[in-house]
Amino acid sequence: MATTSAHWSDDVFREIKAREIKTVCTVPDGGLTQLLRRIEADTSMRLVTLSTEEEGMGVVAGQWLGGTKAMIAMQSSGVGNCINALGLPTSFKTPCLMLVTMRGQWGEFNPWQNQMGQAVRPALEAVGVKCFSVDKVDEIGETFAAAADMAFNGKLSAAVLVSQRVIGAKGFGQK
Amino acid sequence: MTTKSKAVAAAAPVNSNKIDRRSFVTELMTHRGSGLVVTGLGSPTWDLFAAGDQPENVYLWGGMGLAISTALGLALAQPSRRVLAMTGDGEMMMGIGSLGVVGDQAPSNLGILVLDNERFAETGRQKGLSAGRADLCAIARGFGIAETMLVTEQGKAAELAEFLFKRPGPVFAVAKIAVTEDPWRLPEKDGATIAHRVRTALGLEKP
Repeated sequence: MATTSAHWSDDVFREIKAREIKTVCTVPDGGLTQLLRRIEADTSMRLVTLSTEEEGMGVVAGQWLGGTKAMIAMQSSGVGNCINALGLPTSFKTPCLMLVTMRGQWGEFNPWQNQMGQAVRPALEAVGVKCFSVDKVDEIGETFAAAADMAFNGKLSAAVLVSQRVIGAKGFGQK
Repeated sequence: MTTKSKAVAAAAPVNSNKIDRRSFVTELMTHRGSGLVVTGLGSPTWDLFAAGDQPENVYLWGGMGLAISTALGLALAQPSRRVLAMTGDGEMMMGIGSLGVVGDQAPSNLGILVLDNERFAETGRQKGLSAGRADLCAIARGFGIAETMLVTEQGKAAELAEFLFKRPGPVFAVAKIAVTEDPWRLPEKDGATIAHRVRTALGLEKP
């Protein structure tokens, strides 16, 4: 895991800015803390806090219809909330870029996370979302960039799945 | 719809609302000006198409619960254009949390209209959650959308249009509509075509 002086979210934030993604929708996750803080602090960006992740499919599609690049950042458990909603961007053929921090995938201490965590990739692929897994911290920048470019250039739904090996398995001190 | 489910629908109780949705929506839309309109799946989409097709109509055919959040994304991207989200009570209830997102983002160019027949009218007129004690306007106010309007009379269409298209937003209204058997009016259903039309109308894509 990277240190706080060179956090993986710096690499993602750099690629977000390079692509002029202006809006990030989220139901927060602990693994996203540093990234969300940077987005909130950036006066040229908008952070849209959701009540449930599927709302992000609507906001992101609406943003594209109106000419703004947007994305969503969420925990893997939120992917389950999005499955029917993903029919919106895939029907519109509008880009839907998802940054997903994983739970229930590597060294998880909370067994209630495991079922959804293990289902994330097959569930997303079943509804037509291209998945990009990140298992090593030094690959996150290029992987996010590749997914973003395919999403926005190809008007695809694409998800970057950030492993617990990168963000650290949540232990609440009980590992 | 099968013959059997039609018979079930005909036998089901209806509400006591008086507003006729098709003529009401048609009158509302004469006041839309340059407004963009996003409709929730099912009858609101048919109503908007029946009122008149144009590229500024964003018809949803699926994604139940996402009409408000889609309109919110559009309103935030196009602050100089008025945006109306028009949906049914069942669709509104499924996306009820999105009113919290609207209250938080507070776009001044967004109006929301719920066509409320208190029934899942397309699936056999089963009673919906707005048929009893729930108060959608109170819910919207609770989420921080201060301006709300409840309409129960057909003759209030012009006043409602003024509220939805002119009043600084976000604004939220409920129109209590009758349960009616309207002819299906089905617009373009290819999502990519619908998206291309509105983006072209906004000057974002070439025709």
